[in-house]
This record gives sequence, structure tokens and C-alpha cells, in this order.
Amino acid sequence: MPLIEIKGLTFHAGDKKILDDFSMTIESSEVHALLGTNGTGKSTLAYLIMGCEGYMPSSGEIIFEGKTINTLKIHERSKLGITMAWQEPVRFEGISVRDYLTLKRTDVDPAHYLEMVGLHPELYLHRMVDKSLSGGERKRIELASILALNPKLAILDEPDSGIDMLSTQDIVNVINAFKNNCSSVLLITHREEIVLIADRASHICNGKIVCTGNPEKVAEYYKSRKCLVCDGEVCAYV
Amino acid sequence: MSDLDTLMKAYGEAGGDKAILENNEIAHLVASGHKILSSNKVEGIEVNAKETLTGISARVIVKEGFKIKNPVHLCFGILHKKGTQKIKMDIKLESNSSAHFIAHCIFPKAEKVRHIMDAVVDIGENAEMRYSETHYHGLYGGIKVVPKSNVRVGKNGRYSTDFTLTSGRVGKLDIDYSVEAEENAVTELTARVFGHANDEINIKERVVLAGKNSRGLIKTRVALEDEAKAEVTGITEGNAEGARGHVDCMEIVKDNAVAKAIPIVNVTNPLAKVTHEAAIGSVDKRQLETLMAHGLTPEDAVDVIVKGILK
Repeated sequence: MPLIEIKGLTFHAGDKKILDDFSMTIESSEVHALLGTNGTGKSTLAYLIMGCEGYMPSSGEIIFEGKTINTLKIHERSKLGITMAWQEPVRFEGISVRDYLTLKRTDVDPAHYLEMVGLHPELYLHRMVDKSLSGGERKRIELASILALNPKLAILDEPDSGIDMLSTQDIVNVINAFKNNCSSVLLITHREEIVLIADRASHICNGKIVCTGNPEKVAEYYKSRKCLVCDGEVCAYV
Repeated sequence: MSDLDTLMKAYGEAGGDKAILENNEIAHLVASGHKILSSNKVEGIEVNAKETLTGISARVIVKEGFKIKNPVHLCFGILHKKGTQKIKMDIKLESNSSAHFIAHCIFPKAEKVRHIMDAVVDIGENAEMRYSETHYHGLYGGIKVVPKSNVRVGKNGRYSTDFTLTSGRVGKLDIDYSVEAEENAVTELTARVFGHANDEINIKERVVLAGKNSRGLIKTRVALEDEAKAEVTGITEGNAEGARGHVDCMEIVKDNAVAKAIPIVNVTNPLAKVTHEAAIGSVDKRQLETLMAHGLTPEDAVDVIVKGILK
């Protein structure tokens, strides 16, 4: 049984169909990369799995450890072991990095998780998770906080994107840390070199999975920008 | 139990350290109602406090060149259900001096209480004053707090104040602060208030950047729930070359509470620059979802966000 199974998921934003009978699975301890250009439905899928407000599928099921979770709220899904790092993590005034990393689990050592994402604890633990952090620092702290939760499934929405983006090596380190914790990862990206970190990869276009399998092959296929779904019209646009 | 013991007991329960009153190296002034219960001064500070017919009048002078090592503690309160406390403060920091004042205002049983503070502060050249005022109110809301201050910050001087009322009911709060900053002076006014039930909050803070290269920041954080109301007016005037000011107001509203923010920016010198930002609304959805994805319930997540902005 896969850890999570997405079965025939369809989602509309207004009149526009964002996900179209979308299906995929993620196994336990698997790093599954989801590769696609902008606007193909990657982040929408992340919000649907996490249960964000306004993201209720019009059809299809999200099955986690054998149970349908479509109607569960975000915190109920989190309790099951699902969590997410947003593409652009929000800032919090008055919350220190130390407190942020121990929000739910007070038994963890926040310094350990900062080191895992390449930040020196003595320089960051006392700082606030507010706008005084750069985009890259904030992303690292978000990843550290997700690691500290020791989730069964971590959804990482484009950890490599942004002005102050993390390097490929940074992301490899974080993914390895999740692997060591036996966490599954849904790694959302539009950079083919990031896909190679994964155990398996899928290419999404126009809200549908185009292909799934060996990350190298999926990356090659993605590079060709000529998919069966859009005949290159969407995929060629980056 | 004496009035002093009772006040100190309430102070201790509010999280204060009672030992400070026994430390001869820490200056303090303690008053309950119109009665001065205890005072201590240290080298470099003159404290002249007296009971008057209408309240308490205190004149504090930090002498030229003295940097007061330990914070000066001011503890005011009314322990009864009813009463009025009028305090007139006249604080002067002579040139090149510095001091940090920590004021605790304690009204644990207030049902019909008025606390009126009228302060005149004069900060001399190169002098620095920090003033932190924390209120501990009871659960009844029958209190009116009226802090008013007029401050002059001299050349190269620094003044920062931090008003906190996040414990217990606010009742009625009517803050009126006005600061004039001279050349190269820096001033920072911060207020944090959490209103509940039918609390009424009115905050008016004004910074006049009168001197060349003076700096000013007005930062206000208000959280409201139930039927509470708040109106926050932040006024900054940039009247001199190189003056820089900013007004930053954030109000979080829950339930049927009503918030209003009025940032007023007035620049009379083309080489001055004053900016403002005001945000009023419910808790940010993305912040809420992020914390819920970390396993917090919606209620706990809101609590963390509100506590954060009031911290």
C-alpha cells in the first residue's frame, strides 16, 4: 500500500480546470519529484494534499495510509504526519527561530535542525522569523522546522525557487536528512537537475501526469519540452 | 498586611521581582493611590516625590554625565476596587546621561478606577532614555488609563518608549504621546495592547522631526477580540533636512471587534522623508495555514500569531 494515493483528482479554479483526473502515488520513504513548468498545477496539488482553504477537489480522492482524507482540515492532516514547506514561507513577527522550531515538538533540539540546513544555531536561534531574514534564510528555517516535525510526508514546494534560492547541494542535504528520518517527500520543482535527487519522478502538464518513472528519463523527457498532453505548447513555456 | 506588602504581592503575582526594592543599588519609587510607599535613589539620580492633594508629583533628574547602571523601577497601582491615581512626572536627563525606567502599573481588582499619568520629559544633548511601561489589569475592565507625555529629545539624544497592556482587561485606554526630536535625535515609540470584551482603546502618538537628520519610528500593535474597539493615530512630521520617519501600525481583529488606523504624515521640508504602513484585518490566512501545517489547531495558531505581534 502506498503512503499516499491521489486518485482521479480534479480541481477547478473558477472556470479553469487546474487538475484533470490527476493520479499519482508516493511510497513510504520515497522521494518523489514532481516536475513541471509554471502554471501546470504543481502547487495546487500541494495545497490539495495539505487541505488548504479553498482547495476542495470537485472529484477524486486523496488516500493517506489507506484512509480518505479529503474532508480533513490542515491540522488534522498534519496530525496524521503530512506537512508542507510553502514556496514562499510567511514571516512571523515576535516568534523566535527557537520557538518556531519547537512549536509542536518541544522535545527536539532546534540547534540540530538548523545545522542540518546549513545555519549556525548561535547566529539564528534568537532571531525572529520576521522580515529581518533574507528569503534564503527563511526558506532554510522553514525546511528545518519541517525536519523537526519528523513527518511521514513532507511536501516541499519549489525549495529551489526564488531570488535567494538554495543551491542544488543544499537541497540534496535536506532531502538526505528527510531520507535518514524515513520521511517521504513530494519534491515540487521546475528544475530538471533537482529531479535527479529523487527516487522517482513524475512530469505534470496541464493538470495531468505525463510520465512517471526513473528521474533521469523523466528529466530528459521534460527537457525535450514536447509532451503528449500539450504537444509542447505548455511545456515549452518556462 | 501593609499597603506596600499588598502591592508587592500583586507585583510579584504579575511576574515582577520583589527583590528589586531591597536592593540599594536600584532606584525605585512605589506608590499606591496617592500614597508614596517606598523610594530609593542611587548616585546620579535625584528623586523628589511628594503626595499632593490631587495625587503624586515626582521630579526625577539624571545628572549630567551619569549612566545609570540598573533600571529605575517605578511601581504604581491601586489595589482597591475604586479610586483615582493622578501622577505628575517631570523627568530630566541632563546632557551625556542615560537611564532606563521600568514602570509597572498594577490594578488587579479595578472596577471603577482611573489612572492618569501626565509626564514631561526633557532629554539633554547626547543623553539617552528608555521607558518601558507594563500594565497588569484585572478581569473586570472598570478602569480608565490616561497616559500623556510631552517629550523633547535634544541634539544627538535618544528616546524609546514601550507601552504594554496585554494582561487582563484594558478597560478604557487613552494614550496621548508627543515627542519633538532635535538635530540627530532618535525616537522610537512602541505600543502593544490586547483588547477584550467592550474595551475601548485610543492611541495617539505624534513625533515631530524638528532637527536635521532626526529619526522617528512609531510602531503600534493592537489585537482585538469580542466587542473591543480601537483607534490608532500615528502622526509624524518631517520638518528638517535629512529627517526620516516611519509609522507602522498593525491591528488584528477577531469576533465583532472594530479597529481603525489613522496614519498622518506631514512633511514640510523637501529633504525630509516620512513613510507609513498600516495593516488591519483578521489573522493572516497564510500564517494560519503554515502553523496548522505544523500541527497547531486553528485556535492555538491564532494564539501564537497574536502573542507574537504583541511580544
